[in-house]
Amino acid sequence: MVRKQETLHDVVIKFAGDSGDGMQLTGTQFTNNTALLGIDLSTFPDFPAEIRAPQGTLPGVSGFQLHFSSERVYTPGDACDVLVAMNAAALKTNLGALKKGGKIIVNTDGFDAKNLRLANYPEGENPLENGSLEGYDVLRMDVTKMTREALKEFTMGMKEKDRAKNMFVLGFLYWLYGRDMESTIGFLKDKFGKKPDIFDSNLKVLQAGYNYGETTEAFTTTYKVEKARMQPGNYRSVMGNQALAYGLIAAAQTSGLPLFLGTYPITPASDILHELSRHKNFGIRTFQAEDEIAAITSAIGAAYGGSLGVTTTSGPGMALKAEAMGLAVMLEIPLVIVDVQRGGPSTGLPTKTEQSDLLQAYYGRNGECPMPVISASTPADCFDAVYEAVRISVQHMTPVIFLSDGYIANGAEPWRFPQTADLPPIHVKFKTELGHGEEKLQPYLRDEKLVRPWAVPGTPGLEHRIGGLEKQNITGNISYDPDNHQLMVKIRQQKVDKIAEYVPEQKIDSGADKGRVLVLGWGSTYGAIKSAVGELQAAGHSVSHAHLRYLRPFPSNLGAILSNFDTVLIPEINNGQLIKIIRDVFLIDAKGYNKIMGVPITKTELVEEIRKHL
Amino acid sequence: MSDTITAPTLTAKDFSTDQEVRWCPGCGDYSILAQVQKVMPGLGIPRENIVIISGIGCSSRFPYYMNTYGMHSIHGRATAIASGLKASRPELSVWIVTGDGDGLSIGGNHTIHLLRRNFDVNVLLFNNQIYGLTKGQYSPTSEENKVTKSTPFGSIDHPFNPLALAMGADASFVARSMDRDPKHLQAMLIRANQHKGASFLEIYQNCNIFNDGAFEIFTEKGSKAQETIFLEQGKPLVFGAGADKGIRLDGFTPRIVDLADGSFSKDDLWIHDERDIYKAQILVRMFDDPHTEGHLPRPFGVFFENDRPCYEEMMLLQIEDAKARKAGDLDALLRGREVWTIS
Ligand SMILES: Cc1ncc(C[n+]2csc(CCOP(=O)(O)OP(=O)(O)O)c2C)c(N)n1
Ligand code: SF4
Ligand SMILES: [Mg+2]
Repeated sequence: MVRKQETLHDVVIKFAGDSGDGMQLTGTQFTNNTALLGIDLSTFPDFPAEIRAPQGTLPGVSGFQLHFSSERVYTPGDACDVLVAMNAAALKTNLGALKKGGKIIVNTDGFDAKNLRLANYPEGENPLENGSLEGYDVLRMDVTKMTREALKEFTMGMKEKDRAKNMFVLGFLYWLYGRDMESTIGFLKDKFGKKPDIFDSNLKVLQAGYNYGETTEAFTTTYKVEKARMQPGNYRSVMGNQALAYGLIAAAQTSGLPLFLGTYPITPASDILHELSRHKNFGIRTFQAEDEIAAITSAIGAAYGGSLGVTTTSGPGMALKAEAMGLAVMLEIPLVIVDVQRGGPSTGLPTKTEQSDLLQAYYGRNGECPMPVISASTPADCFDAVYEAVRISVQHMTPVIFLSDGYIANGAEPWRFPQTADLPPIHVKFKTELGHGEEKLQPYLRDEKLVRPWAVPGTPGLEHRIGGLEKQNITGNISYDPDNHQLMVKIRQQKVDKIAEYVPEQKIDSGADKGRVLVLGWGSTYGAIKSAVGELQAAGHSVSHAHLRYLRPFPSNLGAILSNFDTVLIPEINNGQLIKIIRDVFLIDAKGYNKIMGVPITKTELVEEIRKHL
Repeated sequence: MSDTITAPTLTAKDFSTDQEVRWCPGCGDYSILAQVQKVMPGLGIPRENIVIISGIGCSSRFPYYMNTYGMHSIHGRATAIASGLKASRPELSVWIVTGDGDGLSIGGNHTIHLLRRNFDVNVLLFNNQIYGLTKGQYSPTSEENKVTKSTPFGSIDHPFNPLALAMGADASFVARSMDRDPKHLQAMLIRANQHKGASFLEIYQNCNIFNDGAFEIFTEKGSKAQETIFLEQGKPLVFGAGADKGIRLDGFTPRIVDLADGSFSKDDLWIHDERDIYKAQILVRMFDDPHTEGHLPRPFGVFFENDRPCYEEMMLLQIEDAKARKAGDLDALLRGREVWTIS
């Protein structure tokens, strides 16, 4: 059959189904296939809070959004062009995000009476039949039936067979977008190579889905998206937590420090532990502690012994670590504290994203307790940003807080990965002996950066004691002297402030360095701001974008940049946190845009918001 | 803890610092410090390889007075800090100094997990049955009905039995000693150090300011012989002023028998076996209030010891194993499996 092939620039697909339907896997597979073609992309998985919410219900819907384009892509997309709905609940929860006239691929079997009831449709109402989907392009297929049909020769049970349903949809989409299926076949081989039954059945259903597209006359068009013009180089797809883990491994290698991770599982940070624990062959020690307090304090113990101490968590765990962070500040010991933020307070929205903890990172400890704060703005940026966090931590002998969030952690994007040889070196200096004329170690004697020596146990002649009580300047002995306390508080602050001299100046990400509006962001709002500002710039508006990696201390030129704009607009996925600090530090009347719904800010709403200030 | 390499001969003095010791005069902590300083030179561990980590409390001031590496950390967390240090630096000799509040209340969770994981470290729990540093509130080891600043009508908390707790957490070395018996304390410190694995040594310590005489009945001449049993491997459980009493196991129940009236001889007694986990479970339960009628004497010494792999060793083994199979290659890791090139 001859069919028309249409070329598209930009597609957003949302895969939605019950959490048992395998939508995350389907999405990831389609993503990898897309990436391998050199098409730019960005993804956003959207998990239910419960692992097994009741099947078929609205809270049980799991989604995966993929935005791919022959242009550069910075966000997973606001509205979808295509919605894959495996059941009634998936349709109901996601229809609002579908563009008018968009395509809906439905599994009709997921719209039986039971599913409709579970999705809270009124008695007797079926959206597939009541005309409510008029205006959309609905492709109906009984995925369950066709999957079973494809597997009729197989001896496995019905439940097992039904598990391959997602492969049918994936195969169909591969056909629809003119793809070959090698990447997924390779994946299945890796995963089920030792279970030929499962491998064969998945492959069979995948092909059945593809053939279904090929042979069904009703489908008249396939689509193609060309590769994007991206910086030349070698690319792979990477998720935020994965890039973060790689950044830590890389920093451990270039600094020559053994990596010790002390952590306690928590969504959405656990994948960092999972990833690092697989790479013991790099000499990495991962320690799943009994709680977050033991997680950070074990990392402090390891850092005291000369390791690269790291602890990873999310908001509630950060709260538990607060006292120990203060200890690390007093000990002036290197430590990287990773907070993959999620909706708060308390248990809050564990699986939803929020820029929830900037103020906690800044101020959430007893006493005057300054610590550098660094953030990542995209999944791939986690690599570079955490690498920087390590550098600052070990070179300035200070704990550093690293902020990521659920959106970055689970999102994926193409990554022009570096070569080991291109990584900037991280020089670490241990004190190995007493200096000329030194009678005993002065653990709080500082260098020009105000940094004290790192003298680790096992070094003869440098035996000394440190602790959480206030230290006498230079000697490190306990001191309750009032003047000394004031001095030490000021020194610890200066030491952190001074780091600004050792980080790059703030750059304008896009736009002129002077103008009407500067949109200032940090963290995961990067893509939305970049896209929104780009659109307005193309329309000739005077708007620029700056995005902060260094949140404490701020780059030394930030004040000068801010003063060059009439309005500074700070969009955040919280109730206004960076804005408080910016107002405090620079005394400017910055404006906020705040969305606290557990989901990212969209480009469209941001464009609208920026317009108000132009 | 096990011995490491031999070092040049040091004396107790080499282990003291120039910091003024700040405990109240008469505090039991002085004696414990003195015994540790006496024992250290004989352990043959280079001074730079010794690390003492403490939490918060009077007892936790300890590291400042020891000329080794040391960290006075935060309340309850010494065990967790030590875990990270030992996991990453197995060659160090790590000692944890903690109090009954520090190690059993705020830090109780870390204590049990350290014991079950069996890091090769020594836990010295200074038990004074009171919060000393915060000036006299009851602690998780204070006896019921105790009147303290925070329990003016008497404590209604049931106390921990620290050694039973340690056994419950599968500690591989469980022992008890006291500040007032320097020789015994020294011997126990040496044993704790010799043990490979987590050594839990409870030390009865008098707080003469807020809980004076809490252990008097066990430590003072007049009552000590009657009220205590000093455990020795392979020896019968004998006590009493003229070694005239013993403990006999009647089924699973320990009973006091008289050796003087001729009805029982030493051959009838419970023979102490540190390696017998069942006996040790009973032994740690000999925890009667010494003021009750017919109570059993309180045992001191090594209750239990067994050999099982240490956490840090197994951690290292996994790493060595993984490396032997395939050394880490950062470039290969960063590349991943699926790469595309844009030219
Ligand atoms: C997080 C925290 N909570 C409370 C305190 C106050 N505090 C210090 S020591 C202590 C109890 C100490 O008792 P113990 O561990 O038995 O030590 P001792 O002073 O008796 O040797 C308390 C409650 C603290 N320092 N930190
Ligand atoms: S308060 Fe008690 S435990 Fe603390 S130093 Fe004084 S006597 Fe010792
Ligand atoms: Mg106490």
